[in-house]
Amino acid sequence: MASIRTVKLTKEYPGGVKGVDDLTLDIVDGEFFALLGPSGSGKTTLLRTIAGLESVTAGQLFIGSRDVTQLDPGRRNVAMVFQDYALFPHMSTADNIAYPLKVKKVHKAQRYATAEETADALSLQGLLGRRPSQLSGGQQQRVALARAVASNPDVFLFDEPLSNLDARLRLEARTFLKQLQRRLGVTTVFVTHDQAEALALADRIAIMDKGRIQQLGTPRDVFRAPANTFVAAFIGSVPMTLIPGTLAGGRFAFGEERLELPDEAATTAAAMPDGTAVTYGARPEYISMSSDSRPGAIAGPVQVVEHLGASLLVSVAFGDQLVQAVVDEDHEPEIGATVYLLPNPRRALLFDAEGTRMADDAPAEAGG
Amino acid sequence: MSASPVAERSTAMSRFDAQPIRHFLGVIGRTVFVAFMLAFFTLPVLWLVFAPFDKTPGLGVSLPEFTIANFRTLFKSSSALSALRNSLILAGGTAALVLVAGSLASYALSRVRIPGRDMLLYVLLLMSSIVTGTAAMVPTFQLVNELHLIDKMLGVVLVIGAGTLPTVIFILKDFMDNIPKSYEESARLFGARPLRILWDVVVPTARSGLAAIAVWAVVQVWGNFLVPYILLRSPDKSPAAVVMYTFYTEGGQPNLRLIAAFALVYSLPVVLVYFFVSRRYGFRFYGGIKR
Ligand SMILES: Nc1ncnc2c1ncn2[C@@H]1O[C@H](COP(=O)(O)OP(=O)(O)O)[C@@H](O)[C@H]1O
Ligand SMILES: [Mg+2]
Repeated sequence: MASIRTVKLTKEYPGGVKGVDDLTLDIVDGEFFALLGPSGSGKTTLLRTIAGLESVTAGQLFIGSRDVTQLDPGRRNVAMVFQDYALFPHMSTADNIAYPLKVKKVHKAQRYATAEETADALSLQGLLGRRPSQLSGGQQQRVALARAVASNPDVFLFDEPLSNLDARLRLEARTFLKQLQRRLGVTTVFVTHDQAEALALADRIAIMDKGRIQQLGTPRDVFRAPANTFVAAFIGSVPMTLIPGTLAGGRFAFGEERLELPDEAATTAAAMPDGTAVTYGARPEYISMSSDSRPGAIAGPVQVVEHLGASLLVSVAFGDQLVQAVVDEDHEPEIGATVYLLPNPRRALLFDAEGTRMADDAPAEAGG
Repeated sequence: MSASPVAERSTAMSRFDAQPIRHFLGVIGRTVFVAFMLAFFTLPVLWLVFAPFDKTPGLGVSLPEFTIANFRTLFKSSSALSALRNSLILAGGTAALVLVAGSLASYALSRVRIPGRDMLLYVLLLMSSIVTGTAAMVPTFQLVNELHLIDKMLGVVLVIGAGTLPTVIFILKDFMDNIPKSYEESARLFGARPLRILWDVVVPTARSGLAAIAVWAVVQVWGNFLVPYILLRSPDKSPAAVVMYTFYTEGGQPNLRLIAAFALVYSLPVVLVYFFVSRRYGFRFYGGIKR
């Protein structure tokens, strides 16, 4: 078990692309830590740098109390599960799981005993003699996990281990992974581009963009209080509606419409001059829809209705700005009908011209 | 007057039937061509199969007066047996050299980025035919002489090995390039050193390529006459390809009975190696290498 600490870590690829840019990060011992971000944001680079598979351009890296910045990857005592699982195709399940022990020169009988034990713990009974090509995707994924577990590492590094599974299996594997990590208590860094996966699994999430951390916090933090518009748009199974506009007389104005200021930024925003450019953010789940006029609500025609299962995602047009609301499946509106939308002011957010969230009590948790 | 209607009809016919006739001629032409080619390649093989069992083999193919006396003579001749043994040693030695050096070099070339790497490979490939070729035989001889390797099997192994290595590296690098890097990285994280990774992960993953290379190297040595002929002096060190040229009767005529039997025995190991490797590693020489 060990903590992971990066200090002003930079990884620059030949050609000048900074995969990781001046990144300082503390991952607590035993934590399930998710690196979340769109493709190309530097998640894999950071993970591979922690593993030692990429050399560090600048900065330092600690695992536990050891400075491992220049240490050989084989001596960092980390185990990585690759996106393609990297199971050795010519070895049986047992040989694959036992391989780390073979490298460590553990006695043959002992290493197969450990392999069997680990396989049992990961529900791989009866598959020990099979080659990877004879296993399903989910089984391969568990063999890769078992091999990582068998190496008894201080740190697990997972690079999108669930992305090659189909949707249903992915949910099962997710729960399985979480249980496993709880039971073993090994510090885990988990890379994903799927925000739902990160929210479901992680103790804390770092949201990355362009090699930098945009926000670091618990799933609740990043969902409730995104540090900026990038995080706000990235987190949530339906994206947050972000409306660019201005301040006007203590209210938020876009086009002809006026909205009450969100509670958490009301005082700050009221003190700013009229005409200041801001962005108003509200999750569709926190916008209520009605067919009758209500004080503070804005009215517009229904443009699109999407079925989400138990609920509906309704898009309403205000000029060329679409505002979305999630409504109960029983309240399906007609396309073109005029509806009234009212965001919950306690849940709505306000972002300044740079896209940073504004809040009265404390400055927004800054990231990059 | 009498001929003209016929002529008219025949021109009319040829106008309408030119297509099928040309097609028919085409088929005949192709069939004859294929039959000719087939005979061209089959006759030597038939000779190889029939002549050894013939009491009086000639240079033509004929149904044999069956006998196995030729083989009895062959297996009594000590020079024939030692020649086969020498061929095996040379082939085995070269295959081993080429496999070890080739996999190390191709793995390194596949994984390490150096400027001009592909150029280097192509140049090596181009030059390699010179090493075992006729034109460079004098300098090659001098080099081997300086190294005091004349009349030593090691000299032959080194020269043929050097000549085949560029091709081997070229082909193997392609196999190595196709092994996902994550295999090695994964092994590396468990603490495996490069040689161990090569042995545990890379070699087994590339084994069909290695098998193909081994067969090819064996064939190269087995059929090479010039290099051992020039570099080896003592008859008891000469391989089969060289010894076969010494089978003459007292009358100075080629001893066809011995040559025929020897030729069959000589060609068997290569065929066997091919079948063994093909069965075991599942590749086919359909004019290319299947992975
Ligand atoms: N081997 C490499 N050489 C050069 N640039 C690279 C290399 N690997 C990744 N990059 C670049 O670094 C950035 C981050 O990539 P990556 O870490 O793979 O992102 P992610 O895993 O978040 O999708 C991207 O712009 C990518 O193009
Ligand atoms: Mg990635």
